Amino acid sequence: MAERTLYNKVWDKHKVATLPTGQDQLLIGLHLIHEVTTPQAFASLNERKASVRFPHRTFATLDHIIPTENQLNRPFLDQQAELMSKTLEYNVKEHGITFFNSHSGNQGIVHVIGPELGLTKPGMTIACGDSHTSTHGAFGSLGFGIGTSEVALVLETQTLALTPLKVRKIEVTGTLQKGVSAKDVILKIINKCGVKGGIGYAYEFSGAVFDSMSMEERMTVCNMSIEGGARIGYVNPDQTTVDYLVDRKYVPKGESFDQLKHYWQSICSDNDAIYDDVVMIDGSSIEPMVTWGITPGQSIGVNDLLPNTTSKPDDEKQLIESALAHMKFQADTPILDKVIDVVFVGSCTNSRLSDLREAAEIMKNNNVHKDVKMMVVPGSQNVKKEAEKEGLDKIFIEAGADWRDPGCSMCLAMNPDKLEKDQLCASTSNRNFIGRQGSPTGRTLLMSPAMAALAAIHGKVKDIRTFIEI
Amino acid sequence: MKIESVMGKAIPLLLDDIDTDRIIPARYLKEITFDNMGKYAFFDERQDSKGNLKEHPFNDKQFQHASILLVGKNFGCGSSREHAPQALKRYGIKAIIGESFAEIFAGNCKAIGLPVVYATRDDIKQCVDFISKHPETMLTINLVSKRVRYFEESFLIAMPDPQRESFLKGTWNVLDLLKTNDILINDLESSLPY
Ligand code: SF4
Repeated sequence: MAERTLYNKVWDKHKVATLPTGQDQLLIGLHLIHEVTTPQAFASLNERKASVRFPHRTFATLDHIIPTENQLNRPFLDQQAELMSKTLEYNVKEHGITFFNSHSGNQGIVHVIGPELGLTKPGMTIACGDSHTSTHGAFGSLGFGIGTSEVALVLETQTLALTPLKVRKIEVTGTLQKGVSAKDVILKIINKCGVKGGIGYAYEFSGAVFDSMSMEERMTVCNMSIEGGARIGYVNPDQTTVDYLVDRKYVPKGESFDQLKHYWQSICSDNDAIYDDVVMIDGSSIEPMVTWGITPGQSIGVNDLLPNTTSKPDDEKQLIESALAHMKFQADTPILDKVIDVVFVGSCTNSRLSDLREAAEIMKNNNVHKDVKMMVVPGSQNVKKEAEKEGLDKIFIEAGADWRDPGCSMCLAMNPDKLEKDQLCASTSNRNFIGRQGSPTGRTLLMSPAMAALAAIHGKVKDIRTFIEI
Repeated sequence: MKIESVMGKAIPLLLDDIDTDRIIPARYLKEITFDNMGKYAFFDERQDSKGNLKEHPFNDKQFQHASILLVGKNFGCGSSREHAPQALKRYGIKAIIGESFAEIFAGNCKAIGLPVVYATRDDIKQCVDFISKHPETMLTINLVSKRVRYFEESFLIAMPDPQRESFLKGTWNVLDLLKTNDILINDLESSLPY
């Protein structure tokens, strides 16, 4: 087993006891909740007349089901959305939990607002009823998704029964090519290690490429650890982390900040830490990546051809064939120039200010292709405000895109933002699963914000590197 | 409740990377109880947009009332939605045999008392071939002997020890266990540097 890694250190710091089952009881330092995976958890608490053990360690927001226009108009048109929101509002009030509602100015996708408000800090254990809680690992915390029964356990005991994971170090060396982004890095990692390669592992991302990434870029990578099967992905905290956290709403100031910094340094992986596995990737070899199939691992470089099934083992053959059939693509054809219908810029993977800047930079003085519908959904009210201050909204609107209110939106289509029929969507989100974007026959190509913006202009998949050079 | 064995007919779904969106599409998560989830299991896989039934094991008459699901690799990948195992459980699935499972999904199954056990592709495939010909076959998953038996065949299964223990002892709902350490929790909480 791994030793002296950040994972081991943070685990040890939060271990309450070893349970008779052999599992460890782990204290959860920060618990984030949203409307969709909590109603049954609160119901079970309320049924037992139990209370929330440490209400100040849980924070709530509305994100999954919320409409992305006229958000302040209540009741919502969708009665189920209204009921889910009301249920959350009732529960947080009943149990004294801080809630970032639409009037707070701080509402947004749970994995965008946690970091943005400084709730997320290094060396924490963070749980949320959402698999992309791995995002928070960008800060050197252990963030992981849990189910609704576990949400109830955290509410009632602030702890969970868990078995430690193995730790795989994924080192990305060198420098990225111009036009290659954090999204491409994680798509490449998933492609290399497989969508199930991370089962049983926490991923530690390190190397020169991560050292020079911004916090937002690190979040994009850690966000998609779960798509590689790894429940946790993290980056050791460094000066970039500290600089990001200074002056955030929930980060203490002055002496307390210095003390915290001391703690953050202490939990970093030691130079001689032991890992269960190490994977090396040459950063300069990574191309802009696009998924062609129905899992995030089914991706290729933008200039590559779709795979064929020749000489593949049976199970792999089956996966490729069913993916090609759903996508209505032929084997051995290029992904380049595939005609797209919809562009979605948003989700907890790529809806932060830097992502919107990246997309806006491409959209500037350009128009959305006449056959394409483009939707830009900022990750939070704060992101929206900042983006509007910079005039990004105008760039998108003038180009013909739709500029929306924050939420999960077309990442999982629980609100009216959905694909129709078999539309092909260039999406900055994290999942290309069948039906994910709201239409059972809808099709999703995952890519970076810049690549998605470029696709919006051309109505086709294009290589961002060619565009930058022109 | 102790779970030492599960007996029932089986339903084959020997595919890899079946994600939680396929098990239950997100639009069916919009309910504040799990009561109706059984209806939504594999919803979009089972019917087209006009409501016509598609070919799917869950629609196949011969597998009606089966309670043991046979799957491939990485079953339940994707979201943390407990609605996925809840949908299967409420549909009538009592245990799942697969080559591998996504972690959060496996944890969610345990939390609701639905054992997931691991077997080799060959054993699962052989079993699937057999029940496809003889769908009335009864399977027994024995968590004590770590074996699955059907007709005159049997194969070994694996399950992580803590999970197996918790089913055998009936402690898969860990709430009471976690609550026993209340004083320790308190001490650790107040000593956290944040
Ligand atoms: S944006 Fe998508 S992946 Fe992220 S929390 Fe929302 S639904 Fe989940």
